[in-house]
Amino acid sequence: MTTQLDINGKTYPVAADPDTPLLWVLRDELHLTGTKYGCGIAACGACTVHADGQPIRSCQAPVGSLAGMKITTIEGLNGAHPIQAAWVKHDVPQCGYCQSGQIMSAVALVKDKPKPTDAEIDAAMAGNICRCGAYPRIRAAIKDAAGQHASSAKVA
Amino acid sequence: MNAILNPDKLGLTRRDAIVTATVAGGALAIGACSPAQVLAMGAPDADFGAFGPFVRIAPDGTVTAVSKHIEFGQGTATGLAAVVAEEMDADWDKVTIDLAPGNTKAYANTLMGIQGTGGSTAMNEAWTQMRQAGAAARAMFVQAAADTWKVAPADITVKNGVVHGPGGKSATFAELLPAAAKVAPPQKPVLKDPKDFTLIGTARVTRRDSRAKSTGAPLFTQDVHEPGMLTAVVLHSPRFGGKLKSFDAAAAKKVSGVVDVFEIPTGVAVVAQNTYAARKGREALTNVQWDDAKAEMRSSDQILAAYKTMAADPKADWTAFETKGDATTAFAGPNVQHFTYDFPYLAHAAMEPMNCVAWVDGNKCKLKFASQIPTLDQMNLAAVVGTLPGAIQIETLYAGGSFGRRGCIDSDYVVECVRIAKQVGGNKPVKLVWTREDDMTGGRYRPMAHHDVQVAVGADGYPVAWRHRVVIQSFMKGTAMGGMAKLDKLTVEGVAGSPYFKAIPVVDAQVATPTSPVTTLWWRSVGATHTAMVMEHTLDQLAMKAKIDPVAYRRALYTKAGADKHLKVLNLAAEKAGWGKPLKDGWARGVAVHESFGSVCANVAEVKRDKGGEPKVRRAISVIDCGVAVAPDQVAAQLEGGLNYGLSAGLFGQITLKDGLVRQTNFDGYRVLRMNEAPAIESYIVPSAAHPTGVGEPGTPVIIPAVANALLAGGHGATTSLPFVKS
Ligand code: FES
Ligand code: FES
Repeated sequence: MTTQLDINGKTYPVAADPDTPLLWVLRDELHLTGTKYGCGIAACGACTVHADGQPIRSCQAPVGSLAGMKITTIEGLNGAHPIQAAWVKHDVPQCGYCQSGQIMSAVALVKDKPKPTDAEIDAAMAGNICRCGAYPRIRAAIKDAAGQHASSAKVA
Repeated sequence: MNAILNPDKLGLTRRDAIVTATVAGGALAIGACSPAQVLAMGAPDADFGAFGPFVRIAPDGTVTAVSKHIEFGQGTATGLAAVVAEEMDADWDKVTIDLAPGNTKAYANTLMGIQGTGGSTAMNEAWTQMRQAGAAARAMFVQAAADTWKVAPADITVKNGVVHGPGGKSATFAELLPAAAKVAPPQKPVLKDPKDFTLIGTARVTRRDSRAKSTGAPLFTQDVHEPGMLTAVVLHSPRFGGKLKSFDAAAAKKVSGVVDVFEIPTGVAVVAQNTYAARKGREALTNVQWDDAKAEMRSSDQILAAYKTMAADPKADWTAFETKGDATTAFAGPNVQHFTYDFPYLAHAAMEPMNCVAWVDGNKCKLKFASQIPTLDQMNLAAVVGTLPGAIQIETLYAGGSFGRRGCIDSDYVVECVRIAKQVGGNKPVKLVWTREDDMTGGRYRPMAHHDVQVAVGADGYPVAWRHRVVIQSFMKGTAMGGMAKLDKLTVEGVAGSPYFKAIPVVDAQVATPTSPVTTLWWRSVGATHTAMVMEHTLDQLAMKAKIDPVAYRRALYTKAGADKHLKVLNLAAEKAGWGKPLKDGWARGVAVHESFGSVCANVAEVKRDKGGEPKVRRAISVIDCGVAVAPDQVAAQLEGGLNYGLSAGLFGQITLKDGLVRQTNFDGYRVLRMNEAPAIESYIVPSAAHPTGVGEPGTPVIIPAVANALLAGGHGATTSLPFVKS
């Protein structure tokens, strides 16, 4: 059975079983490897993509449930989103492995709440683990992209 | 890990290296070779081009700096490239980075003697080498211009990749490249006076990889796709030390996409067309039986109880590591305080679980992965495929974190991948994928530890005698790295070498190293992960008893010990934190200072714990003295990230066993720090012209005692075991 998936504005016929999580279809079948595997149980956020604009964990989303939805992955931002520019400006990534997921969560946040408060950032980003601990810069970059003051590190 | 890894000095013995080479390649005539030379054997002669192994220049003038160190988040590759660019006067905005392949001869770590990243040594060990590489390349361009323009080299300047001569002459690196490539590289290139640096130490040293990492570029092993590639997963023993007895693969082989199922020394390998099929195949294995005769069957509390018994047993197998004065009567008086501390196993839990891609064809072997210590990987793999270490080809990829995990002494998952690729054979690419569960239950943990400390205090409230017993597993002893040394320094670093001991007349410090099938390994900041907490939290408890302010207490000891760096870092942290200014609403401050990897780091944390709640950290100050800060913003990033990594472990980190089975299998059970729990961090670098020292690790361990000390100050009592939050 083939599922038609709309990913980043393109239609892909997908041969995988409908119960296959989107994550593995993206990565292994379509070679859209920007979306990362971190836990497989919706506990880390590394696999975050958008389905009809809402952030979802692709490791827990069977492809069969996504037919007809508009899916956007990190590749679909085309490197042109202000959140991505803020990420580069603040040198947010360390190892970088979590950052696709962080960015997809942040993009969804600022679309919803153009000037997020600290509490709103906490709520929207708490599902995305960064083991490198880049949290201060993630926060600063989100605020910067949202046109808010962002603090940066100081040298004595 | 530490500089202790130099195989010529303390680690790998000549005998080990010879044995390895012999096993790998049959009879070898080993004459007066050093172990490092032996480990480089079999390597094809590499032609690095005119500018040597660290600098490549493309026909369009683009400068590529080759990073001898892996990039797993610490910004190391950026820092090293900036050093090259500084001495070359290259156009920094256009400099690109390549990660060096496995090549022990060209890329050996000058402190370890083998190729590898660890012990926060990167900038420390490569600083002079990278400066020389950049300066040599610059000199070649200057000479080429001098020859072309018939002027003296002294009349030539270089700026942003453009060479300038008298009378307004100028030429780009691209234009001069053909001539420059023919100039003999100078043997002793002249280095810049640091006061002439225009790039090093400035905010212009930004990461070269941020854009790729913000757009989902395929940098990681997990992202590798090769024509005809198969993906493998392995079913491991659920207990450490368990051995596979039997299994039934019939159902697994029927799973669509599964290509083969077979036994390997570490379990059952399932090879499939893709990751999902491989995982489904593994789930379909039936009747799997393990032999647990040599397995760890105990629970964590039983292991801890055994450690405590050992700590109290004078007849245990103790090794002294710091001894001074007469300890026989020093602890007999009434003014002796007793402290104990328990530490759990910790998983590294790097964001990208362990993985590797390998091709094996007969005894030829090629790999693509994030190799942290290529020389060790080559050594371990040579024995598996039957070749010389240098003949193992490694292409180095970026790593989604490591924190020590990828620098495994026996190359566990790398060997596993190559065994599978060998069985598959025919030069077919095989990607081994560990799931999060494999990664988290796969051991190589920060060892459990128990510390028992007795301190005799003088009339002024300061210590006069210090007795210290550490019980902890050693992951070095008996390995290719640790050899037969009785003392594994990594088990006690941080207690050993404590500046406080210089101010205390009697010290009696010993360690015992029980064994277990549970595998352990270095974990970001290694010994300091527990020793910083023990020393710094003990200090605050002593200060409290003496009714002396903790900052003042430390100042007195550092002054007596002549620990100037500690004093400077402490003072800056106290000043920035507003130490002494009262806090309201139950918030309290705690301070801690610790030296590791040549750098001294101080933290001040503002902490509150509501009744029955978890400690909250709202603000943290981190100060470091790391010598020259090549990339100040990346040093700040390491202080931030390192602090959060340490805080995560302090608050929540623990791997526990129940009847030998690991209870935390994923991020649902192994809780880690998240955005809503991460404090605001202010980082400060003490200005210094000294040789650069570590940055990736020293910022990690200090926050744990800083939080413990804040809880103590806030009236929540002393901390005797970690994590702070018991689950
Ligand atoms: S991989 Fe999907 S949430 Fe972790
Ligand atoms: S940057 Fe490494 S896990 Fe976030």
